[in-house]
Amino acid sequence: MSMQPKGRRKLVLVGNGMAGMRAIEELLRLVPELYDITVFGSEPHGNYNRILLSPVLAAEKTVADIMLNTREWYAENGITLHAGDEVVRIDRVRRRVVARSGLEVPYDRLILATGSNPIVLPLPGKDLPGVVSYRDIADVDRMVAASREFKHAVVIGGGLLGLEAAYGLQKRGMNVTVVHLVATLMERQLDASAGALLKRSLEERGLKFVMPAQTAAILGEDRVRGVKFADGTEVPADLVVMAVGIRPNAALAKASGIACERGVLVNDTMQTYDPRIYAVGECVQHRGACYGLVAPLFEQAKVVANHLAEFGIGRYAGSQTSTKLKVTGIDLFSAGDFGGGAGTEELVFKDAARGVYKKIVVQGNKIKGAVLYGDTVDGAWYFQLMRDGTAISDFRENVLFGQAHIGDSGTAGADAVTLLADTAEICGCNGVCKGDIVKAITKKSLFTLDEVRAHTKASSSCGSCTGLVEQLLANTLGGDYSEAPAKKPMCPCTIYTHEEVRAAIVREKLKSIPTVMQFLEWKTPDGCHKCRPGLNFYLLCAWPGEYQDDKQSRFINERAHGNIQRDGTYSVVPRMWGGVTSAKELRAIADVAEKYAVPTVKVTGGQRIDLLGVKKEDLPNVWRDLSAAGFVSGHAYGKALRTVKTCVGKEWCRFGTQDSTGLGIKMERVTWGSWHPHKVKLAVSGCPRNCAEATIKDLGVVCVDSGYELHVGGNGGIKIRATDFLCKVATEEEVIEYCCAYLQLYREEARYLERTAPWIERVGLSHVRERVVDDAKGRKALYERFLESQKYSQTDPWAERAAGVQAEEFTPLRAQSRPELVS
Amino acid sequence: MSWVDLGPLSALPERGARCVRVGEVAIAVFRTSTGEVFALRDQCPHRGGPLSQGIVHGTRVTCPLHDWVIDLKTGRATGVDEGSTATYTVRVVEGRIALELPAETLAKAS
Repeated sequence: MSMQPKGRRKLVLVGNGMAGMRAIEELLRLVPELYDITVFGSEPHGNYNRILLSPVLAAEKTVADIMLNTREWYAENGITLHAGDEVVRIDRVRRRVVARSGLEVPYDRLILATGSNPIVLPLPGKDLPGVVSYRDIADVDRMVAASREFKHAVVIGGGLLGLEAAYGLQKRGMNVTVVHLVATLMERQLDASAGALLKRSLEERGLKFVMPAQTAAILGEDRVRGVKFADGTEVPADLVVMAVGIRPNAALAKASGIACERGVLVNDTMQTYDPRIYAVGECVQHRGACYGLVAPLFEQAKVVANHLAEFGIGRYAGSQTSTKLKVTGIDLFSAGDFGGGAGTEELVFKDAARGVYKKIVVQGNKIKGAVLYGDTVDGAWYFQLMRDGTAISDFRENVLFGQAHIGDSGTAGADAVTLLADTAEICGCNGVCKGDIVKAITKKSLFTLDEVRAHTKASSSCGSCTGLVEQLLANTLGGDYSEAPAKKPMCPCTIYTHEEVRAAIVREKLKSIPTVMQFLEWKTPDGCHKCRPGLNFYLLCAWPGEYQDDKQSRFINERAHGNIQRDGTYSVVPRMWGGVTSAKELRAIADVAEKYAVPTVKVTGGQRIDLLGVKKEDLPNVWRDLSAAGFVSGHAYGKALRTVKTCVGKEWCRFGTQDSTGLGIKMERVTWGSWHPHKVKLAVSGCPRNCAEATIKDLGVVCVDSGYELHVGGNGGIKIRATDFLCKVATEEEVIEYCCAYLQLYREEARYLERTAPWIERVGLSHVRERVVDDAKGRKALYERFLESQKYSQTDPWAERAAGVQAEEFTPLRAQSRPELVS
Repeated sequence: MSWVDLGPLSALPERGARCVRVGEVAIAVFRTSTGEVFALRDQCPHRGGPLSQGIVHGTRVTCPLHDWVIDLKTGRATGVDEGSTATYTVRVVEGRIALELPAETLAKAS
């Protein structure tokens, strides 16, 4: 009996593996003081990363490298660890666990995390010395010992684990034959074509295969000496590794009268039929499914921890899984149902010489599954499309070539992340190198993209290197990595998605940030820097004229109506309608620049003039002078309508077909001041030569002789994306109507901080076309909602502030001595 | 140490901050949604961003430059970021904000 102080509740964890310990770590983070914790583990170690056993076998890592929680960690966290002592019985009536050593420990709550057992084929000779399974450190020790003494190894099982074992043993100098029951390697992850490519590469690396072949017996007297197949042939073997699969280890639960089928049955809060007893990890069967990948297990662990901490908000709803794995330097990715079948279509790309194979299974215009071999950079993207149920008709002709071919140039061709040097920069925004990321993943035991972002900042800014970081995670974690959050909440303050929050605002008529937070049970008292600006926009969009803008929930640029610069000064960009200015305006800008000693004056990409380095206290005065010259705010600082860029058009240009400058000015007059999920840039080109670069704008108009082409969803920033053609209209009035309707649709549907380009990729061009082009009545309604909203947003914020509104924002506090308070 | 007066509490927006300059030193004074008042050196430990311009949530502020989140009570970066900025004692006396300053800071200022 262990000594426990009174008062705290007793929690016992049976199974010292990754899933159970993850639950404990999550729990300690939430409520460090609530429980006295005792951990039993059958292996005589701390908690280690089982995924990394293969690199240990292949002598690429040591056991010390893969430890997640050392014995010291348990001591430091006040956890009693019984490593090497197995729980053999649960006395549910007296609420005690009984260990093999005879030790009894009482519990108030119990977590079963007994993992899984390797399947042992019932073959003659299965108990001979030299026959091992591949599951834990002891198995690896046995294989390493055998590799020192013997020559021939046979691995039964051509799945992920079997191939990793075969690779490791070969690296240890053994002559390895893989025996597989069916004709395709890793048939649960790969189809026949990809399996064949994999087999060929492995053969080139020296592995031998006997397949399809059924093992009939393991031969030998004192020790294994060979393997005999059903057809009578034999191969010599000094070591036989059985790697034919795992099954949940539910023996203890079964013996204790807890309902089990294949695994221990649990509900959505991960409780077994005995509500004091939770189960987590590979031993679990949840809604009929058992999981063996790390991401679902960690999701389960989070739910267990939440429930044990009595937060009661977490529910586990099952996981979609993908496997992105590395076997002996070969990139593989698979997700979903890639087997095809009735009602499905297959899109296939095959380049055997380059060793690249891609197959996407499509059903009803949506991706159902994918297998990638040799080039897996788009795995995460396909998985995302699959999980979101995105219709792919709009880019179906390019989908196999990857995201790069529908706009993302950020990571194109950089799939060979393994070949990069440690000093290669992965994240250009934050200057993070490959070596930094790999080190953080291994040293700090990171498993998810979010964790890597938090620790290294890599991919946390513009996100264009997300694919590379995910690949590094997959490669560094040794293969069994996948991440599949069921839905992404708006931010950690809530469990609800952007869409759910917006729907609730409209449905429940929520009209302030506190009421939204109260109704949706926000986890933090007043949100965070991520959700507050989003909520402010959603409310502003839903209740124009009614919602009171919350200044303190706006990012400083929108609060101060200027762009904060790295030294804390601001930039000022006055609006120049359509990019047209005059001598009088330029003179006024020059006067301001001299009067306030503006250090830099620069022409922007949007055809405006930027005054950089203005002190915050000077802003209202600068604005007053600019207002006097007729300028209004250029909103260059906001998630707002920025600029309408134009070329000179038919008034001057010999190629011009329409008055592009005049149209641009009209468009800017209608749309200026509007707030959006992200910044919005428009352009009008007077002919298809497109000098205003209209086809990389959020909405671009290309004038032609017979009218106006409207193009949408372009982006010239992080990810170059050319626009999609929306439609052609005949008159300027139609341009204005379509433009406003499109912008309103974007305002109402896009997630905060989502540009039009990713929004359109997410919802599909067809959707935008249906709403803006095909549905005339709907378009009119969108147009009118936009105009209604504009009634309240076209007050110039600069003129207001120059006249004294929110003066305190621009004046520092003043300190006056107060001697009477001397302490 | 001595105290300086920064004006009425109403001069500080709720869930907001303002900056006060004492000589060379810029100090950010914060007011939370629950009415607590804190003061930090107006310089993020990361790249020196002006914390007084950040979004205030709970007893934390997010730096406007690169989103570091700083604890108003300790001046320390939260999450996995490491670093801290100086804290000052501040209190509300009869509805006015009083800030305690080290004597040498004041001396330099005058």
